[in-house]
Amino acid sequence: MSGWALRTEGLVKTFTLHLQGGARLPVLYGVDLSVASGECVALAGPSGAGKSTLMRCLYGNYGAEGGRILIRHRGETVDLTAADARLVREVRRETLGHVSQFLRVIPRVPSLDIVAEPLVARGMAPDAARAEARALLSRLNMPPALHALPPATFSGGEQQRVNLARGFAPGYPVLLLDEPTASLDAANRDVAVALIREAKAAGAAVVGIFHDTDVRDRVADRLFTVEPRPEASRSAA
Amino acid sequence: MSDAPILEASGLHLRFGSVAALDEVALRVWPGEVVAILGESGSGKTSLLRVLSGTVAPDAGEVFYRDAAGVLVPVHVAGEAALRRLARTEWGFVHQNPRDGLRLGVSAGGNVGERLMAVGARHYGGIRAAAAEWLRRVEIDPARMDDLPRDFSGGMQQRLQIARTLVTRPRLVFMDEPTGGLDVSVQARLLDLIRALVADLGLAVLLVTHDIAVARLLAHRLVVMRRGRVVEHGLTDRVLDDPQHEYTQLLVSSVLAA
Repeated sequence: MSGWALRTEGLVKTFTLHLQGGARLPVLYGVDLSVASGECVALAGPSGAGKSTLMRCLYGNYGAEGGRILIRHRGETVDLTAADARLVREVRRETLGHVSQFLRVIPRVPSLDIVAEPLVARGMAPDAARAEARALLSRLNMPPALHALPPATFSGGEQQRVNLARGFAPGYPVLLLDEPTASLDAANRDVAVALIREAKAAGAAVVGIFHDTDVRDRVADRLFTVEPRPEASRSAA
Repeated sequence: MSDAPILEASGLHLRFGSVAALDEVALRVWPGEVVAILGESGSGKTSLLRVLSGTVAPDAGEVFYRDAAGVLVPVHVAGEAALRRLARTEWGFVHQNPRDGLRLGVSAGGNVGERLMAVGARHYGGIRAAAAEWLRRVEIDPARMDDLPRDFSGGMQQRLQIARTLVTRPRLVFMDEPTGGLDVSVQARLLDLIRALVADLGLAVLLVTHDIAVARLLAHRLVVMRRGRVVEHGLTDRVLDDPQHEYTQLLVSSVLAA
């Protein structure tokens, strides 16, 4: 398949816990995942299998121990496991978006600016970026009075909507979604589903963890099962 | 991505008697990048900042600064006059103690305005207007312009120091524990202010801190130091969320959750 936007080859991730006597915790071994533009792949597998670890590796948040993570960036192929920090930042700014389960709140910054920030970082004029942010927050049923407030005091569902708006506003070619609808009510779940479908229609490659099977079935084209490492290989490692 | 580093150091060594303050340290900073040097007291992080900014000469190694004209300046060979010129124009310093960076007997407006005069501004009205604008940007009421900073609170003094430093639009700013001595609520406000200004102005910043939360909020990239050596470096969230070195794992696991 030549149309991939994101793929892993033999991805290996083991945690070494130096404070626990150097215990080694193998999580991913030989993961080969390939995601095409316009496709949504849902990660499957039991709790603890390593779905979130894989997601964090794909974003460069966890360092891979072996294998490669390839992404199409500016028309070229970049190996995220070998890219230096500056190149990873550039890839994140332009190509690779991430909606995490929880918003890492920045004190004192209004929700509107949190959503507009990645747009400004990509070169959009601040006023235009704020206008887009406002439209997207409104679509996610965030009343205008909340736009000017920092999300620190918001409910989980409100924070998640700020998070979604921030992740979807730039239109990244590759989008990672970690439980994007976990704390949303039905109406906002529908908005999130629509946003994911629109991103796919615009050509985004989407990888997601969806515990809500209804949402998963509405957006995912296929499942990719992350196999838990058997205990035997754990002790052998 | 093709642009050259603004600061580049390699092979740095520095000893204080039998103690290695810097042991084979190399570091590069690119324009627009915030790099935090993280470590505990005695790790060598402040020594590194002093060597990089030309304040202390290393026993071995080189530091190069690429100036606005693209000329590579060897920081420890360039001479005092060249360093003074850089400190006045292209570099800025934010000290932990605002009293080290301010003139307490000069008005708040004067503290900001004299930096502009040092780089050639002469129009009194223009200087006063720029000073008022910068006081506003750091959230100090311009009505306090003629007051002396010795009567300001610690947080206000620190914000004034930042205005004084940034008014000349330096290209590279050295910060040593800029929120060090402040109350937590004052810290949050200051961090947010620094974060916004650095992004707006596209500054390169070298920040020394022992505070992981400060590093996470401000820095794009982290350099973790211990006993004079760099034990780990990389993207801030990668280093803090998936620390590889034993010492970084200890640092990250020792943070008290709020």
